[in-house]
Amino acid sequence: MNDLIILPVALPLLGAGVCILVGRSRTAQRVVSITTLVAVVVLSVWMVLDVDANGTLVTQAGGWQAPIGITLVADRFAAMMLAISAIVLLAVLVYAVGQRDAEGTHVGFHPVYLVLSAGVASSFLTGDLFNLFVSFEVMLTASYVLITLGGTKAQVRAGMTYVVISLLASTLFLAALAITYMATGTVNMADLSGRIAELPEGLRSALGLLLIVVFGVKAALFPLYFWLPDSYPTAPSPVTAVFAGLLTKVGVYAIIRSQTLLIPAADRAGTVLLVVAALTMLVGVFGAISQNDVKRVLSFHIVSQIGYMIMGLGLFTIAGLAGALLYIIHHIIVKTTLFLTAGLIEHTGRTGRLARIGGIARKLPILAAVFLIPALSLAGIPPFSGFVAKLALVSAGLDAGEYVVVGISLVVSLLTLFSMTKIWAGAFWGESHGDDGQELIVEGRLGTPRTMTLATASLAALSIAIAIASGPLYRFSERAAEDLLHPARYVMEVLGR
Amino acid sequence: MSLLLAFCTATLFSLGTYLVLQRRLSRIVIGVGLLGHGANLMLMLSAGERGRPVFIGDEGDFTDPLPQALALTAIVITFGVTIFLLALAYRSWVVSHDDEVEDDVEDRLIAARLEADRATEENDDHDVYDDEHDQLDGVQP
Repeated sequence: MNDLIILPVALPLLGAGVCILVGRSRTAQRVVSITTLVAVVVLSVWMVLDVDANGTLVTQAGGWQAPIGITLVADRFAAMMLAISAIVLLAVLVYAVGQRDAEGTHVGFHPVYLVLSAGVASSFLTGDLFNLFVSFEVMLTASYVLITLGGTKAQVRAGMTYVVISLLASTLFLAALAITYMATGTVNMADLSGRIAELPEGLRSALGLLLIVVFGVKAALFPLYFWLPDSYPTAPSPVTAVFAGLLTKVGVYAIIRSQTLLIPAADRAGTVLLVVAALTMLVGVFGAISQNDVKRVLSFHIVSQIGYMIMGLGLFTIAGLAGALLYIIHHIIVKTTLFLTAGLIEHTGRTGRLARIGGIARKLPILAAVFLIPALSLAGIPPFSGFVAKLALVSAGLDAGEYVVVGISLVVSLLTLFSMTKIWAGAFWGESHGDDGQELIVEGRLGTPRTMTLATASLAALSIAIAIASGPLYRFSERAAEDLLHPARYVMEVLGR
Repeated sequence: MSLLLAFCTATLFSLGTYLVLQRRLSRIVIGVGLLGHGANLMLMLSAGERGRPVFIGDEGDFTDPLPQALALTAIVITFGVTIFLLALAYRSWVVSHDDEVEDDVEDRLIAARLEADRATEENDDHDVYDDEHDQLDGVQP
């Protein structure tokens, strides 16, 4: 039973191999990759239910007991992240098949996409710091290929920034690993949890801050975010959507995991994290307001939203962490949906530049609705999932007495709404026209390629489902947050003592 | 010995950092390579002194094998990604005959729009931003 948790990593890798073998037939590739991801979705949803009912699943690769062997752990937090990411990966794959842009022209799309999903799954499941580095590299190398898939000039330029900054972060991660091993003699996270507390104070805080910087680059925290709005928008739409939804959140996951599990309670950099969170929110949303392209506005919003998650972590209370987890769940779904609609806008208007398109709402009411749901949700308007998640965070912040950061988060929500209105007014209102006054591309009964719209709409529906099921989800997040704040349980499950 | 290695690590990191800050991609690639070497050397250093073997009897001193395994994995990964970066630099040469890492075009446009807005406040229905972009499109199709 426990050994099954290797499958979300192993299945996509196997699928990637098969996809290369059947590379001549695009249909066969599609069948293989969609089947694989459906299997991963089923498996990970089962894992969430099982972990919630029966406790953490642990397996040791090769049968070597921790801390010698490589450990794979699925606790509530990891299982939840795994399930959400699997669902998003599947929906975006369906969208990509419908779009046929990058997916249709490159043999490599399906195998690389599956390797990416294996890397993401492995990052969530690993219980070993070095294995986390390897998983990051698997995921990042796949993302390097996906972001430069077309090989156009803009993509090569953006790809360079992305690859170089990720490589720098990886090198720093290696240095952090070396320091960790030098000081403690282990890289198993459960084992480290106790041993880091025994280190001298200077070394402990240096290690803690180094890890925040390393993961902060991946998560696009305030001073380290600049690569994101530069490199994401140039990639093909489905690729940008999956990057926006998942990759930065893997960084956030690593920050939350390392800050709660590795760093002893006395050393937690709560105030630093809250300041960083506030600045991340503000800078991100101001960046978004000044942009003129749909994808670039949305890219800056990723940065701004990361601030909310870090704010929840920075409080270091059960309510705060539960709010952060709920926010991550909501954000992954909503952000991916928004980027998928941005792809649809670019498809119908031939460009994503707001000054050059308009009037989509009149010609394509369905697309307008599919955009409006996640947009209002992102801003935190009541019936949608963003409202529930923000409410959880704000009330946790008020309970903890952090009024400044709560105030900033509310102002940022308002500014988010403002920049969403900018997209709405630019792309959906006004006279109907595409790039250079051409007609909008309207085809079929839904107005756009059916598969793309259906994939986007199902994710939008899922975000509404999150709002409806927010009670049980919040209680689940609370249980997960309790696990996170009491790492002794995690350590006992992994080491058996 | 380990003081010498520590000094080497510091030198590799500082040279690597200097090269990564350059604008030419070829230099950045070398810089990334040096940084990778520095990090791997640091991993090797983390093994510490030789000591008793873990799995076999007490026959002489052994170094800790784990950091070597870690460094080997890291070397393979850095090597692969460096090759990818080189391929990217070549592609950049093919499409633009230059391997300089450029600024974000959109960022520069938005900065230019701000300046243009200040200059031509009275002529406000004229969309400078789009004109700028048209010019840019014209130069670099």
